[in-house]
Amino acid sequence: MSIMMKMSAASRAALLGWMMLGLALVIVVGPFLWIAVASFKQPIAILSGTWSFTPTLDNYADVLLSKRSDFLAGVRNSLTVATVSTTLVLVVGTLAAYSLHRFAWARWVTLGFLGWTLAFHMIPVLTLVGPWYLAFKQLGLYDTRAALILTHVSINLPMAVWLMMSFFRDIPPEIEQAALVDGCHPLSAFWRVVLPLVVPGLIAAGVLSFVFSWNEFSIALNLVSQTNATVPVVVAKFAQDYEIQHGQMAAASILATIPALVLMVFGQRFIVQGLTMGSVK
Amino acid sequence: MTRPRAPRRGIVEALNTSFRHWSLLPAVLVFALLTAYPIVNLLRMAVSTIEFRDGREIWTFTPLRNWDLLLADTALGPVVFNTLVFVVVAVATEVVAGLALALLIGGLTRGKALMRTLMIIPILVPPVAIGSMFKLMFNHDFGFFNQLLSYAGMPPVSWLGSTSLALLSVILVDVWHWVPFIFLILFAAVEGLPKEVLEAARVDGATRGQLLRRVTLPLLLPALTVALVFRSILAFKTFDEVYLLTGGGPGTSSELLSLHLYKVFFEQNQLGYGALLSVFTITGVLALLVPARWLTRRWALQ
Repeated sequence: MSIMMKMSAASRAALLGWMMLGLALVIVVGPFLWIAVASFKQPIAILSGTWSFTPTLDNYADVLLSKRSDFLAGVRNSLTVATVSTTLVLVVGTLAAYSLHRFAWARWVTLGFLGWTLAFHMIPVLTLVGPWYLAFKQLGLYDTRAALILTHVSINLPMAVWLMMSFFRDIPPEIEQAALVDGCHPLSAFWRVVLPLVVPGLIAAGVLSFVFSWNEFSIALNLVSQTNATVPVVVAKFAQDYEIQHGQMAAASILATIPALVLMVFGQRFIVQGLTMGSVK
Repeated sequence: MTRPRAPRRGIVEALNTSFRHWSLLPAVLVFALLTAYPIVNLLRMAVSTIEFRDGREIWTFTPLRNWDLLLADTALGPVVFNTLVFVVVAVATEVVAGLALALLIGGLTRGKALMRTLMIIPILVPPVAIGSMFKLMFNHDFGFFNQLLSYAGMPPVSWLGSTSLALLSVILVDVWHWVPFIFLILFAAVEGLPKEVLEAARVDGATRGQLLRRVTLPLLLPALTVALVFRSILAFKTFDEVYLLTGGGPGTSSELLSLHLYKVFFEQNQLGYGALLSVFTITGVLALLVPARWLTRRWALQ
């Protein structure tokens, strides 16, 4: 009698698959929806847990415009740190990846370099924040955005090197050889022939580096104070205050997530490989 | 064998060599100054007491003091225990759920790309925002989870405020955050399964259960091992979410290794003792990493 009975085993399996997919969708997106709804509620509506309420923009206005909020300053700091560190990561990482791929480095150089990047990627970053704190104090860089830029370059460089190496590996060696035979010198062969071929890799590494820098919390929490605080530090403060303001907390979380979502939409077909890098290679 | 551009080869060779050297140099410098030097410095800090007087650091060589602090650190036992529970329970759940998802989605004819896009979201959202979102959802009075319980006619639960549930709640958030990561690794492996082998087994009359147990899982074993090992090591990094959700509390019931390092370094200002703990942590990670690399290499060769 039921539709389920009439269906073949294959289409039952397909239906089950779609249901699982739906469930996964709800589990992944659900929390964002719940928080997004909460971010448009007045405090009284949040506390009563009601679903019928008059939406308000007060929470967003408070997070973005109120004098007590450091959110916009955080956005400025985060944008500066993420942009500069990503640019440096791309330049340094691409050169290193090309060098390791193209030139006949001794085995111990390549293995040592890649082994070190992997080890550093795996070590809990808080083991290094202590020595960084001391070093930047001595250099007079404590509580500056430069300290965040430098540390963010180091934490994102492994990913960029691995990702770019895998893109360089996909280029047929004949293309570059042809350029060299035609009299192109290695630097301009790299610049004019090789680099344009790895633009997807540059986009992927750039998007990931930017997002990871934007998201980074444990370093920013300890190496800078209020004036140079980045977005995650500001968001954490909303959740840590003695009088927790739930609406603002929800609004700040949603706002902090926007750049990641925007970049994901633009870059998503490039970045899957980069996300699982290090474990698969 | 004279080539037309023979005279220029010397210059090209020279440029080539210099390009070769300076292209790797910046990255080596970054790693030497920002990772190798701090790690060497950790060794020095681990045998010292560092204090600040009038804004100046004062280092004294006290090799045994940090060991005394280690022995006197009553939180360390619970922290190590919590971290092990966290890693084992969270990663095991993530691998099982990730595998199930990868197999299910891999069997779909449409919607694969959408699913993969969806799964990228939790990995890219700021962990702080995840912590802050779940802190609201775990709220005792109006949070989503207690709303669910009340619809089911059950009394509210103190998700983050009770010693028995706090770690479990943190694990739940970690599972939400990282199942997608496992999924992405295993999904790639599922998509790469040799279709002929699966087809041959099916033609030979293997049931779905047999196919899964005897063919699919053995073929996925390399990817499963890689996902399990690497996610386990990376789980030791967890800091942001637990810092926001519980701050390690109540008491030390949900304090994890990274959070403990933070507290020792920056709340108790024990830079020397913190360094000693860091040295142990780094040694532990490397000790896990070497066999992990060996495993992945071995699988890769097959």
